[in-house]
Amino acid sequence: MQKTYYDPADLKKFGKISEWNEELGKKFFEYYNSVFEEGELSAREKSLIALAVAHTIQCPYCIDAYTGDGLQRGITKGEMMEALHVACAIRGGATLVHGVQMMNKVNKLEM
Amino acid sequence: MIQSLNRRKSDLAKAEKQLEILSDGPFAEGELPTFQKKIAVSGQFPLRPKKLEILQINVGYMCNQVCKHCHVDAGPDRKEIMTRQTMSQCLEVLKSTSAHTLDLTGGAPEMNPDFRWFVEEASKIGVQDFIVRSNLTILRSNKKYHDLPEFFKKHRVHVVSSMPHWTKGKTDSQRGSGVFEQSIEALKNLNEVGYGKEGTGLKLDLVYNPSGAFLPGDQAALEADFKKALREDFGIEFNNLFALANLPISRFLDYLIASDNYEEYMYTLVEAYNPATVANVMCTNTLSVSWDGYLYDCDFNQMLHLPVKSSIKHISEYQEGILQDRDIAISQHCYGCTAGAGSSCQGSVS
Repeated sequence: MQKTYYDPADLKKFGKISEWNEELGKKFFEYYNSVFEEGELSAREKSLIALAVAHTIQCPYCIDAYTGDGLQRGITKGEMMEALHVACAIRGGATLVHGVQMMNKVNKLEM
Repeated sequence: MIQSLNRRKSDLAKAEKQLEILSDGPFAEGELPTFQKKIAVSGQFPLRPKKLEILQINVGYMCNQVCKHCHVDAGPDRKEIMTRQTMSQCLEVLKSTSAHTLDLTGGAPEMNPDFRWFVEEASKIGVQDFIVRSNLTILRSNKKYHDLPEFFKKHRVHVVSSMPHWTKGKTDSQRGSGVFEQSIEALKNLNEVGYGKEGTGLKLDLVYNPSGAFLPGDQAALEADFKKALREDFGIEFNNLFALANLPISRFLDYLIASDNYEEYMYTLVEAYNPATVANVMCTNTLSVSWDGYLYDCDFNQMLHLPVKSSIKHISEYQEGILQDRDIAISQHCYGCTAGAGSSCQGSVS
């Protein structure tokens, strides 16, 4: 039995997803590749966004992939960590902003 | 400063040990195809030279730096230095070769005591493109080297310099503490005499090697980032950036093994194999001459003691026609030149 849910080697098998549904797999990867092309945002900026999102959704495959991608692009440790703090701030902020709901409820119910 | 493998008396200082490692592990177990098997699939084995374009001469392994990734295992302790006699033999070859580019490398080629004499004599012969690979810090290391930018300019030398990043952290982690600041000063000195400036014809190119166990990204994108950062932060100009993968030999191999990255790096290289690069890898248009005058397909084969497969072994017996009719010596390190967009001393090849 496999001892862990995640195996780093599985990342390399991502393309095999298409084997069970070629049409949708093909469409997904075409879309995926188009998204990361140079556009109004640079490929470098997109790589940093991907890294931040990867941490937000806590996907180990994506973290692995976009850390490596960042290194290849010459992105520095400082830039990577700043991107993560943006993700962290939004995620933390999203928790905290719900406190307003809590406060509203308490204020409504308490004397 | 770290010490060379040679100084440390490391097993990896021996070429045969490196070749043994490169043929063992996933390649011996059949998990990864050998380079020979891989290029045979596309009918490119045996690899053969095309027209000779570049004569690359390694004038010695002595260097003022000890970079973590150095494929030469160069350093201050290395005493292998080309003599004036061997240089004279190279000059004789230069007079008749069809190669249009002379490429001086090391170590730090400037540390060879006959370096200036060699440059003066070679420039008299006249080569289309005369490259000196300078590590930059040598230009600032001692007063006796401070006039080298002017000397290079006088002889219309094309300067190619290593620069792993536009930030201090990544540069110093690969090349040693203080290297970044000295390199920036040296680049400014080269700019001051006209190198890298539009309209001067004085070419200044940079070489980028990744500072770790990963491949270089897109060469054009990296060049744009380097140009922007060096111009904005330091007012530095240069012509082209060559992005090269690190080959798994010598000190980079030592780093890969010590950091437990070796197997994964070899998998990465094999997965990134691009058959379109094979026809243009540098060993197909280059001959490499070692400090003692022996001939190799490339500087990497020189360090692995893989001589040319020819009856002509030494610069003193040079006959281009015979030499070019040979099979190129290969091993698994060659995957480093065929990964992604490919790597050569002149940058990407595909």
